[in-house]
Amino acid sequence: MKLRVRPSRRRFLTRAVSAAGVLTLSGCDALSRTTWFPRLLGAGEKLSQSAQQLLTPRRSMAQEFTEAERSPQFRSNGTSMPDSPEYEALAAREFADYHLQVGGLVVKPASLTLAALRALPSRTQITRHDCVEGWSAIGKWKGAKLAALLDQVQVRPEARFAVFYCADPMGDNGTDLYYESIDMDDAFHAQTILAYELNDEPLPVKNGAPIRLRVERQLGYKHAKYVMRIELVDAFDHIAGGKGGYWEDNGYEWYAGI
Amino acid sequence: MPTENVAAGVRTGTYLYYRHTLPVRIMHWINVVALTILLLSGLNIFSAHPALYWGQSSYTGHGPFFDISAREKANGDLVGVTRLFGREFVTTGVLGASAGDDGDLIPRAFPSWLTIPDARWLAMARRWHLFFAWVFVLNGLCYLVYVVASRHLARDLAPTKTDWRSIGASIIDHLRFRHPRGEEAKRYNVLQKLAYLAVIFILLPLVILMGWAMSPRLDSFLPGWVDIVGGRQSARSIHFVVAWLLVAFALVHVFEVIVSGFWNHLRSMITGRYRVDAEARDETAR
Repeated sequence: MKLRVRPSRRRFLTRAVSAAGVLTLSGCDALSRTTWFPRLLGAGEKLSQSAQQLLTPRRSMAQEFTEAERSPQFRSNGTSMPDSPEYEALAAREFADYHLQVGGLVVKPASLTLAALRALPSRTQITRHDCVEGWSAIGKWKGAKLAALLDQVQVRPEARFAVFYCADPMGDNGTDLYYESIDMDDAFHAQTILAYELNDEPLPVKNGAPIRLRVERQLGYKHAKYVMRIELVDAFDHIAGGKGGYWEDNGYEWYAGI
Repeated sequence: MPTENVAAGVRTGTYLYYRHTLPVRIMHWINVVALTILLLSGLNIFSAHPALYWGQSSYTGHGPFFDISAREKANGDLVGVTRLFGREFVTTGVLGASAGDDGDLIPRAFPSWLTIPDARWLAMARRWHLFFAWVFVLNGLCYLVYVVASRHLARDLAPTKTDWRSIGASIIDHLRFRHPRGEEAKRYNVLQKLAYLAVIFILLPLVILMGWAMSPRLDSFLPGWVDIVGGRQSARSIHFVVAWLLVAFALVHVFEVIVSGFWNHLRSMITGRYRVDAEARDETAR
């Protein structure tokens, strides 16, 4: 039995290992650009969603903080001023003409003014906003409980998702309006609110005025800003890119729990 | 040259010893692949916000204790800057600013040859990272069940009383790059055991736990549990630091493998067979 590796074979193996290293890394990049491989990697999202839903109760509450723990400023990320004439007109009159449309799989579709939204049962919470990029900021939010609004419009039993259509165009020429979607567990969650105040002031334009969704057990991009319309649906594959949100259509996870 | 340990009943001469069982070998290599991808995709994710903070949020009034950025000189050239505890280091070419597709410097925290994917692409890096996180966690769980059930942990990894007494000698041996030979090489030495145990039971669980701490949903498991380590941003910093401690372990591990018989160790982790030279003189004669 030969116990020692011959020098020639050793050289070959060394080269093979370093070549494999280079090939593997460029292979990873080639794989990233296929359609099938990222879809396979997406299995991780499904596993994470199932595991997180198994580990934490449906109604588990996100951590809340004290006034002193608030961030000095609440960072604005993504859109800080929607580039659309319609939005600019609304903002110019301090959203006096704003109406939130609620429709889809509901018994009583509704159109609510800001005053009507403010009249709904509200919740105030100091929570941490976790951006997918990695940073966090703590702010105090006040808003209408989404559950109260959904009870008012009477969601039909076949509804599975709430879709939020926003005012901010993400593409050039006013195209690709931002949108997001959440499931019914998150929609009826106690901390899910349509926020109209940040740190005791009316919600600033840079943070999503007049209405921003807070869905505290999810990453930042799920918290849609500039919400104009809510639609209850049983599926979202027919909406825009079909993945349930603007960033989801651009490769991010629909389930943003991690 | 000592011709040590040729005790009664012990085989003499050079022979192959079955060192690593098939499950251990498979799990070892799955771990190599998973941890490598986790590190490289993690560096891409970090590049989306290349700054580390201590506390619950990134906006506490204190700046980051570590950050990587790019600055433009008066002539328009990019300078990569890395800051640690207020000290500034110019790291152009590697950190902060490194070569883009066309070879020109572009602002990016880690260079493209150190990230998966090569381009700054957070969505794709997260897919790689969160998929291989599962590969790594499930592999790790299988490993834990296996080492307990097979008694590999108790038999080969747990330090014995003799081990604890030999710790001083073992440190000196390591510093002098003197490695056990013959029958002694068949078992792990005490520093090796402690290093493996620290990685298996401290660093790896910690890196997983700090990953979970970054999840808003898992933070709701017991609201406030992430404050044990100082908050979510502290957890993110610990996740990053532990990742580099694991890199440090891997470097020392590979170094030790090289200096104590690279091909012999590599073969034993592929085929399971490890060559034992009972008589050192025999080796030179071959």
